[in-house]
Amino acid sequence: MGWFRRLKEGITTSTKEKKETPEGLWYKCPSCKKIHTAQDHANNKYVCSECGYHERIGSTAYFEILFDDNQFTELHENLVSGDPLEFEDTKKYTDRLTDSIRKSGLKDALRSAYGKVHGEDLVICCMDFGFIGGSMGSVVGEKISRAIDFCLKTNTPLLIISKSGGARMMEAAFSLMQMAKTSAKLSLLAQAKIPYISLCTDPTTGGVTASYAMLGDLNISEPGALIGFAGPRVVKETIGKDLPKGFQTAEFVLEHGFLDKIVNRTELKDKMGKLLKMFKH
Amino acid sequence: MTYLDFEKPIQELDQELEKLKGVAEKSKVDMSAAIHELEEKIKEKRVEIFSNLTAWQRVQVSRHPERPYTLAYIESVSGGSFIELHGDRTVGDDKAMVGGFGEIDGQTVMFIGQQKGINTKMRQIRRFGMANPEGYRKALRLMKLAEKFNKPIVTFIDTPGAYPGLEAEERGQGEAIARNLLEMSQLKVPVICIIIGEGASGGALGIGIGDKVLMLENTWYSVISPESCSSILWRSWNFKEKAAEALKLTAEDMSKNGLVDGIIKEPLGGAHQNPQEIFATVKAEILKYLAELKKISPEKRVEQRIEKFSNMGVVHELD
Ligand SMILES: [Zn+2]
Repeated sequence: MGWFRRLKEGITTSTKEKKETPEGLWYKCPSCKKIHTAQDHANNKYVCSECGYHERIGSTAYFEILFDDNQFTELHENLVSGDPLEFEDTKKYTDRLTDSIRKSGLKDALRSAYGKVHGEDLVICCMDFGFIGGSMGSVVGEKISRAIDFCLKTNTPLLIISKSGGARMMEAAFSLMQMAKTSAKLSLLAQAKIPYISLCTDPTTGGVTASYAMLGDLNISEPGALIGFAGPRVVKETIGKDLPKGFQTAEFVLEHGFLDKIVNRTELKDKMGKLLKMFKH
Repeated sequence: MTYLDFEKPIQELDQELEKLKGVAEKSKVDMSAAIHELEEKIKEKRVEIFSNLTAWQRVQVSRHPERPYTLAYIESVSGGSFIELHGDRTVGDDKAMVGGFGEIDGQTVMFIGQQKGINTKMRQIRRFGMANPEGYRKALRLMKLAEKFNKPIVTFIDTPGAYPGLEAEERGQGEAIARNLLEMSQLKVPVICIIIGEGASGGALGIGIGDKVLMLENTWYSVISPESCSSILWRSWNFKEKAAEALKLTAEDMSKNGLVDGIIKEPLGGAHQNPQEIFATVKAEILKYLAELKKISPEKRVEQRIEKFSNMGVVHELD
């Protein structure tokens, strides 16, 4: 449930802003401090060409990276969240939603689209961390559910790109039930033998990890991504000592047997294309 | 008897009653009328307090130290026929999750649930009812066993959450819960889930995908505990009462929002006030729903189960 802490960070690095970065501006890698031109950085799929650090990006950038010629049709794009609990903490949930919509240019924390990847049909559901920490509420669940219906109807494989702090607390049990909903719908996809690939990106935590992110026919990840159920701070409190180096990184999760593969974002599209062909032929 | 903070008026009357009984005993004077009057007064007080519980007070009752836990329900409902089965066949046997076959009115049922410890030592061993991945995988193994031999499944949910430990993460806590959600939605046998205490987050949901999901009157079920919600959203531990209200986590709210299928009434003052009564009530509910669910074909049950969870959530479509 670490999304709150990361909220600010997420917003300031939203893809919308990045897209609007004029040419000639610079990107400084937070990991190795090397400076790249924004254009070079974008051309390298927002991966530092020096050290391989994967910058967090959103659905706009992923769709552009993956879909052939950036051609895709967005699905169910007009869904927005209700406020069934009339939730209010230090702020009204409805105000939080309005602010997030305005600041991020998004309607919620996930977008779905279909198109072609190296000529292969694919539905992609991609989470946006810039929208309330990529938290999973009713819209995220409903969009995944409807995307699965679309996959079932058209016999199209599904890729879900996870990037989330977990459940959206302001939807309380409604949010919790999105775990049940998405997992139940994925069972239908499994029965229909339609491939489902889960891509875990930084960060994939909480209820998202405990539902669709871990249920792929293939679970893949970007290098260095934080992937876990309980947040690192909570685990640290539980064990009462410092966490081992690399705990809950993609490499750690692969070593423990829960990922099929770690794929560099610069190779993501080619790998996806090849895998989709292998499932088909 | 442990009294919760809001039960103070009852505690005072109880003490008065004890005193009165002591005097009657000592002096050999017949005080039965006065005693009876006081007992009635206590009952009235309890009715008054318990008919107006706040969300936070329900959370307190759900955690009452004398409240019956899963094994007590299973033992009683199965009339002592329960045979506990252990292990996930991979890593070990998680004592925070129990399960096994038992009979209920002549039919075999697979009982599964989180188990909290009944004393200091057992609380440690059972990790306060917080299961590790092995616990969820043991639960799934037993569910598959039940499915293979066409036995219905009853789960008892009572957990402050899945265990957030280092080894739990290493062994894939997220994957274990996720797998259960997917597999449970496809189980071909009837599944009844009953929240008997705390229903916290994915740790509860991990054995909570049922044809019927029922909540005892004084339990809670949500995505997070009120304390953690307070600390994250209000950045302080002091707003737990407010958080409990906001989360709409009581049986009444959960039922109103269509997120659970029913509420099971508890004895006055909570399940611990009369365990035998709540065991009998729970048994009757299980039998009622089993009879109902058995009339439906396995295919239809699975379809309806998936449909039910698929319909949860509130979204609006912009024009
Ligand atoms: Zn770098």
